[in-house]
Amino acid sequence: MEKDQDKIISEVTSGEYKYGFYSDIEMERIPKGLNEDIIRIISGKKGEPEWLLEFRLKAFRHWKTMKMPGWANLKIPDIDYQDIIYYAAPKPKNAPGSIEEIDPELKRTFDRLGIPLEEQKHLAGMAVDAVMDSVSVKTTFRETLAEAGIIFCSFSDAVKEYPDLVKRYMGTVVPYTDNFFAALNSAVFSDGSFCYIPKGVRCPMELSTYFRINAANTGQFERTLLVADEESYVSYLEGCTAPMRDENQLHAAIVEIIAENNAEVKYSTVQNWYPGDKNGKGGIFNFVTKRGLCRGENSKISWTQVETGSAITWKYPSCILRGDNSVGEFYSVAVTNNHQQADTGTKMIHIGKNTKSTIVSKGISAGFSQNSYRGLVKVLKNASGARNFSQCDSLLLGDKCGAHTFPYLEVDNQTAIVEHEATTSKIGEDQIFYCNQRGISTEDAIGLIVNGYAKEVINKLPMEFAVEAQKLLQISLEGSVG
Amino acid sequence: MLIIDNLKVAINGKVILKGISLEVKAGEIHALMGPNGSGKSTLAAILAGREFAEVLEGTVTYMGKNLLEMPAEERSREGIFLGFQYPIEIPGVSMVNFMKTAVNEHRKHKGLDPLSASDFLKLMREKKELVEIDSKLANRSVNEGFSGGEKKKNEIFQMAMLEPKLAILDETDSGLDIDALRIVANGVNKLKRPDTSAIVITHYQRLLDYIVPDVVHVLYDGRIVKTSGRELALELEEKGYDWIKKDAEKNEL
Repeated sequence: MEKDQDKIISEVTSGEYKYGFYSDIEMERIPKGLNEDIIRIISGKKGEPEWLLEFRLKAFRHWKTMKMPGWANLKIPDIDYQDIIYYAAPKPKNAPGSIEEIDPELKRTFDRLGIPLEEQKHLAGMAVDAVMDSVSVKTTFRETLAEAGIIFCSFSDAVKEYPDLVKRYMGTVVPYTDNFFAALNSAVFSDGSFCYIPKGVRCPMELSTYFRINAANTGQFERTLLVADEESYVSYLEGCTAPMRDENQLHAAIVEIIAENNAEVKYSTVQNWYPGDKNGKGGIFNFVTKRGLCRGENSKISWTQVETGSAITWKYPSCILRGDNSVGEFYSVAVTNNHQQADTGTKMIHIGKNTKSTIVSKGISAGFSQNSYRGLVKVLKNASGARNFSQCDSLLLGDKCGAHTFPYLEVDNQTAIVEHEATTSKIGEDQIFYCNQRGISTEDAIGLIVNGYAKEVINKLPMEFAVEAQKLLQISLEGSVG
Repeated sequence: MLIIDNLKVAINGKVILKGISLEVKAGEIHALMGPNGSGKSTLAAILAGREFAEVLEGTVTYMGKNLLEMPAEERSREGIFLGFQYPIEIPGVSMVNFMKTAVNEHRKHKGLDPLSASDFLKLMREKKELVEIDSKLANRSVNEGFSGGEKKKNEIFQMAMLEPKLAILDETDSGLDIDALRIVANGVNKLKRPDTSAIVITHYQRLLDYIVPDVVHVLYDGRIVKTSGRELALELEEKGYDWIKKDAEKNEL
């Protein structure tokens, strides 16, 4: 722990976004622009079956009828969807398969990100699917997991090897008609992770996907599909970074989770896309649709997110609590600094009887940033005995930033109990001076206070991620108090 | 140890300290008394490094160094401790974590390795006994939900943990019942070593029954108007501050 502390301190003094490098990897790109031909090219590159191309085209035709949503508390510059490259992939040197065949530059890139692609080097007990731009470059521990009957592979491989499973579940939680960005993703998605935990299996290791944007002028559109069959358990993590660039880059992903009877899924995110520079130039536009369906009785889906990156974040990981006695959880820390904007929260839809949901949201705003919590708790007519507890806290650093809370409640069942608590606080100069007077520097004092404030959420993350997240919080707020 | 020479300080353009000179030698305890608004807390905050006031004139030398140039955390690591009149609450940060960070920063400054978790907890236990503080307090957030007395005891506990060379206690006795006062004073006395010094700011003589000062200063309207031995405190207790004020005003004319 002490070593971590020292590392944090040295990183804080250096301050910069440390994942902002670009790797010079030979890339295969398709032309800019978005039309049916482009979609056919993407589908063709992946050697997809006809039904999937049809799905994409339907989504695209639907997308064309839609408008970008304007209800979020965000100022979004116009995005020219014809000016984006929708497919960019590191060129395979050989047919990929074993680690020797992966481009050494690719390996170096993921090493620098702390994600070694060699299994023996990797953190014990964690399997990784590494995605760069539009493709998955390596999934570790596939064989080990397969012995337990667990399928963990890239989305593209899943389409080839497990078409029935993909067909059965894809789009059932987030249909392509769901929203503007979901439709866009459904039309052009390139890769992502697929995971299936069979009946009665407790996944023996953490599964994770690491997303890296590398190429310029591209967008990343990945899809993750996670199915936990009856009586199974899995803990899944995702992380993401991108190079520093002056232009904005678009990231529009879909994550779908399905939990059957008595299944439990824990999904954790540490989102650290490039946030743009101090003046708000550059950064990733992060428009993500994440939703879990508690389809079975007694099933449970738990979202934990630490959001520190992206110029704009638009993201509402949600739970549909359809099975009786199912449980949904959402734990979030969202940090915005400089000119970052975040509009994030969750939706908890209570359909089954005695369903429970918990929402804990901790917003931290600094600089000139705007940070909004938006959350819906909906209890349907037949959801007798539904319970929700929501807690939304905001912490402000400085007086030029904003914190907003938009809670929505729709309760159609009289037996439901819904609670909402909210607080707003500021890191005071007197708190910082108190720390200073005990020998703690201002940067460390902010780190201490912010991590104390976010502790409840950070504690929900798996160990390695919790340490990482603590560091990130401190680094993200670097220079926010003058 | 500490030499203050003709210190003049203004807050928002208003001159609060109008030329303070004072020397605290190693091993001495100085009491600083005076009516409300005389500038006692301002002096304490200036010495601790709070950046809220403008130093117009004068110097402060601490252990041969220019104190006014050091940032607050540096002063702490160099051995200056301020016991706050109103200790600050920091929600979510446990006393253990707070103190561990502080103690290790002090150790780093001295070129020492951080304490191991078990050594640290042992140190905490020892010091807690010294100030008779409830062990449960250590697991709570810094000062959050502490009673007035607990907050003051917690200040002395932190002082015990950091072992300062110069302790400045800003009205540590205010709001304490007689038992808490005794505990706080005993803590201060037990921590006293021949090479450490203290400046005790107080309104009341009663604290000085427990913490026996070598020198007593009376601050009035931004100036030290009287310096004497311990007997001065007793005189003030008996006669109040009026005669001091009158004397001071006479001198001004």
